[in-house]
Amino acid sequence: MPWSNQNGSGPKGPNLPSPWGQGPSGGNNSQDMLKKFGDFFNGLFRGGPVGGKSILAIVVIGLILWLLTGFYTVQTNEVGLNMIFGRYTGKTQSGLNYNLPYPIGSVIKPTVTDRKSIDIGLQSEESLMLTGDENIVDLKFRVIWQIDPAKPEDYAFNLRNPAESVKAVAESVMRELVGRTDFQKIITAERKNIEPSAQEQIQRVLNTYKIGVQILQVQLLQVDPPPPVIAAFKDVTASQQDRQRASNEADAYAKKVVPEARGRASRIVQEAEGYKLQTVAEATGQVSRFNQVYEQYKKAPEVTRQRLYLETMERVLGNSDKILLDKSGSGVLPYLPLGDLSKGAAK
Amino acid sequence: MNRNITIVPIVILVALIMVVMSAMFTVRQTEQALVLRFGEPVPGRGIVTAPGLHFKIPFIESVVHLDNRVLDLESPQQEVLASDNQRLEVDAFLRYRIVDPLKFYQSVGTGAIADNQLSSILNSSVRRVLGEVTNTDIIRDHRAELMVKIRDLANTEAERLGVAAIDVRIRRADLPKEISEKVFSRMQSERQREAADNRARGNEEAAAITSRADRDVTVLVGKAQQDADTKRGEGDAERNRIFAESYSKDKDFFAFYRSMQAYEAGLKSGTTKMVISPNSDFFKYFGDPNGKSNVEVPKN
Repeated sequence: MPWSNQNGSGPKGPNLPSPWGQGPSGGNNSQDMLKKFGDFFNGLFRGGPVGGKSILAIVVIGLILWLLTGFYTVQTNEVGLNMIFGRYTGKTQSGLNYNLPYPIGSVIKPTVTDRKSIDIGLQSEESLMLTGDENIVDLKFRVIWQIDPAKPEDYAFNLRNPAESVKAVAESVMRELVGRTDFQKIITAERKNIEPSAQEQIQRVLNTYKIGVQILQVQLLQVDPPPPVIAAFKDVTASQQDRQRASNEADAYAKKVVPEARGRASRIVQEAEGYKLQTVAEATGQVSRFNQVYEQYKKAPEVTRQRLYLETMERVLGNSDKILLDKSGSGVLPYLPLGDLSKGAAK
Repeated sequence: MNRNITIVPIVILVALIMVVMSAMFTVRQTEQALVLRFGEPVPGRGIVTAPGLHFKIPFIESVVHLDNRVLDLESPQQEVLASDNQRLEVDAFLRYRIVDPLKFYQSVGTGAIADNQLSSILNSSVRRVLGEVTNTDIIRDHRAELMVKIRDLANTEAERLGVAAIDVRIRRADLPKEISEKVFSRMQSERQREAADNRARGNEEAAAITSRADRDVTVLVGKAQQDADTKRGEGDAERNRIFAESYSKDKDFFAFYRSMQAYEAGLKSGTTKMVISPNSDFFKYFGDPNGKSNVEVPKN
């Protein structure tokens, strides 16, 4: 490994040591180098008179060893950015690469294919946003981004705090979008439109910084009414159910009552129909009976009339209690104990 | 003696190296630098913006490194009074770059003073711009334009620090806590109203449905009754017609015949008590063993 693995892809961005080693902040390799350098001098002092050839040999070997430390590997998820005397000279792809070693050259290796994500709104004051109609919505979202593989140098060199900038811009853009939208739309229909337009706007603002970042996705994690009013919102949903239920119950009542009434109506009509038929039939029957009797009567009117009378009287009187009272029995006041008679009849 | 002979060139070598090193400096990709001679910029090459290896006169000239990147500055949350007297808590951030390193170095040096100054420039720009517009302008209608305006205003002041404001963005513009509470209670009451409205509408719909059903029932039954009465009437009429047609053949006989039927039906029950005179027509043969009646009976 070369001395130069200061993997400058942390959230704070590259933090390069000075190529002149004013503050190398103690990499092991550079300490080794210093030690070797010291040893080399010690050798010179102790060795006494040293031939010019051997000094040259030592210098050449040292130079070769030094140059060999310039090899470094770039992982598949990284891009190597070569610098010579602090100046960016080019990028290298994954594999074994070479750059002039410390203190002339240096390399940083940002991880370009890693997807990074920032969740915004996890603290409550971060998540409450003012909507266009001056309501407040509780919104949490996630931004997924990566270093633009085409421009890792922009990410490495152009901003002091690139990752922090992504977050700040994302929050600012989201609040701007929410501030332009009405509450009801945010929690319902507009919701799905916010994600792509936030992504597009965050990207646009970041591009003005030449930040070298690609916004891959913006995800709304939660879009809710704020906690103090969430119960009231649930009650609205419940009331919609109540409304539906009331109307369903009424429907059920109507579905029950109207067919029943139809049945009743049909019965009434049928009964009347029956009455009509019955009445007509009875009348026809009676008339037919009368007609037949009348036919007989016409043949012998006097006898038939007498016979009918007697037969009727026979049946009528045969069925009833009778008391014969002769008007000619004068002088005697007839006494009829109606009460006793009734009793006798009841027996 | 040998020792002295070897030490002298080594001392000279070390001194030479020190001089050479002092004559060189690097400017990193992320930096720009000022070359100063006794605190004053060296004419002609005082400002170094290109990264890489550079030279200066050793010991006399010194180098100040400044950042060449886009720098960030977050303003603390501050309360802004909008033109409609609404208060808002605003939280903005600035992205800037040192464009004139000399001016920057001369006015604010390198570190914390710059942040302080820029912070106050940002804050006052935010207050001045947002103080001239209404709450809704800030929150909804013109936020993007206002941010540009703040940036431009900040730029006019930041210029004398050698700084260019690249972007100012309002991160948050929120209502103060106590007003937020009021918003919450307003939202709550709106929802309560909506819920009550929903329930009332539910009851209304239910009442409409049930009353319509009840009406349908009444109408159905009434119509049926009407039909029924019509039919009954038809039946009665038919009956009357049948009777009339038949009975009018012989009114006299009909009266008799019908009376007989009526007697029989009317006196049917066994409990009827009759007090009859033996002189009635029925008994006209009662007291006459000869079978002679006072009425002429025709023979048939």
